[in-house]
Amino acid sequence: MAYESRIVTSILRALLGIVTRRNSRFWSLLVFVTAGYLLFIISMLWATATYSSPSDYFEALNSREIQHSVFLSLLTCSLTALLSLLLAVPIGYLLARKDFRGKALVESALDIPIVLPPMVIGLCLLILFQTRLGGLVDSVIPFTYTVFGVVLAQLVIGAAFAIRTMRGTFTQLSQRPEDVAMTLGCSRGSAMWRVALPAAGKGMVAAGSVAWARSLGEFGPVMVFAGSTRMKTEVLATTVWLELSVGELEAAVAVSLLMVFFAMVVLVAMRLAGERW
Amino acid sequence: MIELVDIAWRVGEFSLSGLNCVVPEGKYSVLMGNTGCGKSTVVELICGLREPLSGQLLIGGEEVTLKPPGERNIGYVPQDGALFPTMTVSEQIGFGLKIRRRAEAEIEKAVSTLARELGLEKLLNRMPDGLSGGERQRVALGRALAVQPKVLLLDEPLSALDEDARDEMVDLLKRIQIEHSVTVLHVTHSSREAEQLADVVLRMEGGKIRVVE
Repeated sequence: MAYESRIVTSILRALLGIVTRRNSRFWSLLVFVTAGYLLFIISMLWATATYSSPSDYFEALNSREIQHSVFLSLLTCSLTALLSLLLAVPIGYLLARKDFRGKALVESALDIPIVLPPMVIGLCLLILFQTRLGGLVDSVIPFTYTVFGVVLAQLVIGAAFAIRTMRGTFTQLSQRPEDVAMTLGCSRGSAMWRVALPAAGKGMVAAGSVAWARSLGEFGPVMVFAGSTRMKTEVLATTVWLELSVGELEAAVAVSLLMVFFAMVVLVAMRLAGERW
Repeated sequence: MIELVDIAWRVGEFSLSGLNCVVPEGKYSVLMGNTGCGKSTVVELICGLREPLSGQLLIGGEEVTLKPPGERNIGYVPQDGALFPTMTVSEQIGFGLKIRRRAEAEIEKAVSTLARELGLEKLLNRMPDGLSGGERQRVALGRALAVQPKVLLLDEPLSALDEDARDEMVDLLKRIQIEHSVTVLHVTHSSREAEQLADVVLRMEGGKIRVVE
């Protein structure tokens, strides 16, 4: 309790500091709006956290099904973050370094997963794997209603955010050092590998984190494409829904709080990486 | 010697054709011209970072028009030095030799010789972030010289420096050119730099390059 009130007090003090330093109505109004919005978010989290006692939460998290869901979430989100980076680094580099005809179109197309309703992405995936080619792929690596499907559903959205982040990172990095590396004997690929990639380390942490965080909260596409079978394809986002649907509010809240904790860890990791996305 | 024969290029809306120029062997040539006239593009063409639409480019009598930048035997120092952000000064200077897979001992020797020559001995373990403008340019110069290029291309190397650092660099550049017997093409819009450094002054105007003196 003392810890939480300290956080609220420090936030309010930081905001009020602005007003005292610049004693104008204009800044007071902006501070009022910001404080109101922050208070709303904090109240939301506070109410959820204090809904039940910590012992009830630990008891709920003790269930085998939920522990499996935690494990599967951590595993699939990490795999998705890794795969997202494998896609985002080359695509981001291409978009940042090369001008070509139809580039604006390609950039818009890469943003499609960000603007599509999540349920629609799940449905599109399901239909894709009903086609002849999709069926063929599915017969080699079964995606529909499997753990691979969970990763694929998360990847569609996670990768789109990671690509945006990496494109921004490479755009901010000057191309000149890579040019110099080429005059010293590097090929374009080796200049990227030896000069641009080490410099883009923070951006890669940010891209991986944003893909990880998006994947953790992905519900619609996972639900539609991979299902939410307990001990098989159930991940944390679907657990919340499953627990709610059977009236287990404590368990749903416990899992939600766990997700809030993971999200905070990612937020801190991104802050430490010092990148905006 | 660098020769540009009937070079044509296009960058976006900007295009030029029939560009001819000779940069004499073993001399310090300064290429002047107004901002936006294409001086930096000429350097990038010689480096191989841009491809001409047509024409020929020769370095030391050898045609290099289609050769990749790393096979042209050139050293390139851009305006802000363009140091590698994640490498120490020592790693920057040894980079070209490392790419050429030279022995570790040879790289170390070359780095320490150049560091002494350029006054960088105390900075070898520093990262580029903490270096001053003059130090950055000296590191960039050392990095370019390590591979013993025939030609040194300097794109406005002094424009970001304060007056003291600029005078120091002028002396250093002149000394380096003589000691390494390297052909230098130095791009600038400062007539003072041209006066202080040039054996030959070239001026780019209206898409042509002519010898001024």
